[in-house]
Amino acid sequence: MTDSAPVLVLLTVISAATPLLFAAVGELVTEKSGVLNLGIEGMMLAGAVAAFAVAITTGSSTLGVIAGAAAGALMAFAFGALTLTLAANQVATGLALTIFGIGLSALVGAGFVGVAVVPLPKLAIPGISDLPIVGPLLFGHDALIYLSILATVGVAWFLKRSRGGMILRAVGESDLSAHSIGYDVISVRYRAVLFGGMMSGLGGAFLSLSYTPMWAEEMTAGRGWISLALVVFASWRPWRVLLGAYLFGGVTILQLYLQGAGGLGIPAQVMSMLPYIATILVLVVIAAGPWRGRLDAPACLGRPFRPST
Amino acid sequence: MTILLTRRGFVLGTAATATAVTLAGPRAFAADPLKVGFVYVGPVGDYGWTHGHELAREAVVEHFGDKVKTTFVENVAEGPDAERVIRQLASSGHGLIFTTSFGFMNPTARVAKQFPKLKFEHATGYTTGPNLAVYNARFHEGRAVCGTIAGHLSKKGQVGYIASFPIPEVVMGINAFTLAAQKINPDIKVKVIWVNSWYDPGKEGDAAKTHIDQGADIICQHTDSPAPLQTAEARGAHGFGQASDMRSYAPKAQLTAILDDWSGYYVQRVQAVMDGSWKTHNVWWGLKEGMVKMAPYGDAVPDDVRKAADATRDGIIAGTLHPFAGPIKNNKGEMKVADGKSMSDEELQKMDWYVAGVEA
Repeated sequence: MTDSAPVLVLLTVISAATPLLFAAVGELVTEKSGVLNLGIEGMMLAGAVAAFAVAITTGSSTLGVIAGAAAGALMAFAFGALTLTLAANQVATGLALTIFGIGLSALVGAGFVGVAVVPLPKLAIPGISDLPIVGPLLFGHDALIYLSILATVGVAWFLKRSRGGMILRAVGESDLSAHSIGYDVISVRYRAVLFGGMMSGLGGAFLSLSYTPMWAEEMTAGRGWISLALVVFASWRPWRVLLGAYLFGGVTILQLYLQGAGGLGIPAQVMSMLPYIATILVLVVIAAGPWRGRLDAPACLGRPFRPST
Repeated sequence: MTILLTRRGFVLGTAATATAVTLAGPRAFAADPLKVGFVYVGPVGDYGWTHGHELAREAVVEHFGDKVKTTFVENVAEGPDAERVIRQLASSGHGLIFTTSFGFMNPTARVAKQFPKLKFEHATGYTTGPNLAVYNARFHEGRAVCGTIAGHLSKKGQVGYIASFPIPEVVMGINAFTLAAQKINPDIKVKVIWVNSWYDPGKEGDAAKTHIDQGADIICQHTDSPAPLQTAEARGAHGFGQASDMRSYAPKAQLTAILDDWSGYYVQRVQAVMDGSWKTHNVWWGLKEGMVKMAPYGDAVPDDVRKAADATRDGIIAGTLHPFAGPIKNNKGEMKVADGKSMSDEELQKMDWYVAGVEA
């Protein structure tokens, strides 16, 4: 290790932020369509176990990543069938999805405990990846890290600039209006929910194939809930989700570094609270600042769609 | 014979068994198998704490064959749920019940009072009764063996320790490790990072990265996932497995691992109930009794270090080496244990200070 300390810290921050970014960007799209899916944790676990199982059995981490995304989407489909087709309560169904995902992934993963997998390969470019500072920071990550950034850019563009994105936002802001001018609300929401599930699944796949290359029960350890908070933190804007994920990852890693560096006399428990204190502070600043009242939650968030016809 | 039950199935199953037991009369014939119940806090697949107890249950089944019938209930939440589960086991013909988490202490004690003829065993607690015994393991003895190895093998003289919560058991482990390492390398530093969780693979791995980035070349963990060892493997550092042999995750990095082995104790206690010689007690067993064991050394441990580690282990077993023998100073420079004295079990179980050389 010849790299300087700040570079090493940043590398750790990037990998800590990536699973949060995947899940939060997916949830953002889901929520923009007016659906609140609290099952991120369950979908991430399904993605993590599916990715791990497939990567071990087939020996291909690419297939593993695809399986992770598919498993997340499958869980999301179950959520969609209950809340969109059958108009069940979204909060209760989402919580159930999390609990279901914890149990199901433990059952499927029982045979994979104690097995090690080869981590995702790093995409090193000979010459460039060896440059000081810039090399390790910008080049030489695994494909999923680049994919998480690309997905954020893609979602930001889609929501703001594309016709599909405008329809999606319209459905989330006023489902009845969108319905009355002829858009298929349920179909749009299904696609948004499936995308959210797929992204959570990818976040899970990153956990079990790259971040800590192993399978263990409940290995997400609450990251799904943090992603959920990040969407609110970002006031439903993709760029702020990116910022929030890296900020949250950064503060988490920073407190570990401060402890290792002698702790500045602050108790370890207080430092563990730092990421959460930072989240609360930002929320307060947003709520009290010049943007007051403009948190921009989609107006139909969490409401089942029941056309009055 | 084994009956595997979910909690829902358990309710149905015990209703049927209870009827059967009433009809036959409890343990009417000597040939009846002894029913032994196990209550677990986690899933049997956690590859750590509960996994260790499950292996011991399997050892009981293997040792006694048809003479025992075991039941286990996994994922039992600590609190009222536990009392219900324990009472159901007690009222369905089980003669001996093991409850394997600290938080089961009060529920076990209450049920034990209601069923004075049955025997109860609770792990890691302190409440005993005429039919309630308590058992725990001296994990810190294993930490002393790890410390000896780290003292020899740390080239940079800096160890990174990943800790869960500052409770006596964890503090004791940090201190036992540090004292053993200082016997080899008096200047060795042990830096502690608290992750405030028993189990968060991502955070444990990040803590290991942090330690290595800040100059540690040996990682020690008192958390349950193999993530720190995996990180050590990827970064060319070394570490110690926790609760299970974690070599499959880190074939090069694992120097040894501290293993919990409850099987000897469980077999002995089941035998005692069968013989009618069961008595209550409060035991704290370690390397000597085989409740704490060391995994085989990794390839990175050279012969002379293996001998030194063996000497630490054998000294503890023989009673000639006490992991907390004086003189011991705390990290504020005050003398805590005088020369020629060593700490008693009661003092150890209340330990809330760090020895010199620990940065926590």
